Amino acid sequence: MDQILEGLVQAFWLLVTLNHELYLILFLTLRVSGIAVALGTIVGIPIGASVALRDFMGKKLFISIVNTMMGVPPVVVGLVVYLFLSASGPLGILRLLYTPTAMIIAQVIIAAPIVIGVTVSAVGSVENGIRDKVISLGATKTQLTLTILQEARVGLVTAVILAFGATLSEVGAVIIVGGDIRWVTRVLTTAIVYETELGNFSFALALGAILLLIAFVINWVLTRMQWSGLRR
Amino acid sequence: MASFQIESLTKRYGRVIALNNVTLSLDAADFLTVVGPSGAGKTTLLRLLDLLEKPSSGSILIDGEDAQDMNNCLRLRREIGIVFQHNLMLNTSVSANVVYPLKIRGEKSDLSGKVSRALERVGLAGYEKRRAITLSGGEVQRVSLAQALIYSPKILLLDEPTANLDPRNSSIIESIVTQVNREDAVTIILSTHNVAQAERFASKVLILRSGEVADYGNASKMFSNPSSFLATFTEMWNVYRGKALPIGDLSLIDLGDNVSVKSSTIKKGDVTTFINPDEISLTLRPVENSGRNIFEGHIVEIVDLGERVQLEVDCGKKFTVRITKTVFKDMRINLESRVYLSFKASAVVVN
Repeated sequence: MDQILEGLVQAFWLLVTLNHELYLILFLTLRVSGIAVALGTIVGIPIGASVALRDFMGKKLFISIVNTMMGVPPVVVGLVVYLFLSASGPLGILRLLYTPTAMIIAQVIIAAPIVIGVTVSAVGSVENGIRDKVISLGATKTQLTLTILQEARVGLVTAVILAFGATLSEVGAVIIVGGDIRWVTRVLTTAIVYETELGNFSFALALGAILLLIAFVINWVLTRMQWSGLRR
Repeated sequence: MASFQIESLTKRYGRVIALNNVTLSLDAADFLTVVGPSGAGKTTLLRLLDLLEKPSSGSILIDGEDAQDMNNCLRLRREIGIVFQHNLMLNTSVSANVVYPLKIRGEKSDLSGKVSRALERVGLAGYEKRRAITLSGGEVQRVSLAQALIYSPKILLLDEPTANLDPRNSSIIESIVTQVNREDAVTIILSTHNVAQAERFASKVLILRSGEVADYGNASKMFSNPSSFLATFTEMWNVYRGKALPIGDLSLIDLGDNVSVKSSTIKKGDVTTFINPDEISLTLRPVENSGRNIFEGHIVEIVDLGERVQLEVDCGKKFTVRITKTVFKDMRINLESRVYLSFKASAVVVN
């Protein structure tokens, strides 16, 4: 119990004293997850929307694969990306292993299926009557798609919230492809693992508290967006 | 203002034939009502005409242009407005819903003025900022009508627009539709299972039964001499089965329950009769006229139809009667009031 309290005090102290290393870790965490979620969203929403709005052979199979990928263990993603990027792997020549870019690649693979899966269900749950109405009012195909996405906006924000949660909290993939190199690829989750291994429990707890805090701030902003979307 | 040429239109969903071989032609500013019971194919026909679905076979020409040609489809659809039976609203404000068709057409001038005028036209002035999904059923139908009218379509399709609405909302919608037809010369196609509605407005009537055309033609002609199908599929029309016996230049038709009516049509044997509710007069004292059918009864139901009132009068058989609201008020009648019905022998149509 004392350790938890100590951790919280230390977290507060690290934040207010602008601890250089902590802020470096914090910004790298936000950068890696932020870019991964942004890319996952840019790729995921159009794919999810077109899957939901079109009928094609293998649609159900595709959705099942996406749903499976939503729950794939990050370590498995990390392992596969590692094998691709390692010196002997097919993309070894790019020399990306143990860089933030490698971490972003792994996290895009984690985030995109979440965005695709939730988008498919959000767009799919917009009633057919809305589609008929919009077409009958004279919308082109593009206008129809944009309007349906707008109708599904609450679900789309949910997709982003879930993707953020998954990338911020995962440790398995970033530790394999990033290597937890101090000053270079150490993010909050990998730092927690490292400090725990060293027995610095209160420092690890402090990092955990900070991770929770930024997760809360991001969710708070997104949830406000979601609700203002509902009221519009 | 647009004409429709519909040739052998057929729509199948798998093995089910929703619409079979419908041919009809409408001139600009015609008012067609499509009448038929549920499942007759009314909605399917309207969805085909709005180019929301492709027919399995047959053709639709709008002002001579092939509507199935992909190059024409969007342009022609933008000339057509539709109000569905169940309309959904975009999850935003009423004004954003109403302006939507103009926005997707790239219009930019005086949008808020056009929205206000459209809402005013449907009796919803000041509703701009309301959230569309919180509106009542009648308001949703009227906003949908405003959405369709704001882009001045040449053709307006209405799929049972007043089903499930209260009389006030129904009569608002009816009067706007009639006005649009008469003043702006918009071609109207309105589907309904309410024969009275068809009779009030239409210049042409199409009667559908199980996806097939049961009857098609001029409205006044069709209602003065209705087919037995038209007469039987709704109970509003005082439809009775009975046995006819010719007596002199009349038939006496025994409807059962000790009720017999005189008809000027001479027939013998099993017949279907009906009496147009508007042809029955209602009085508080018996009418002295031996030529007429006269019955005494009491009122069992009163339905407000807006400008008119529809009464059910139990005279052994139940008769439906429609009178104006003024007459209704002047007579000071109510449920259980004793009244007399009278109608001419020529008003009893026999098939």
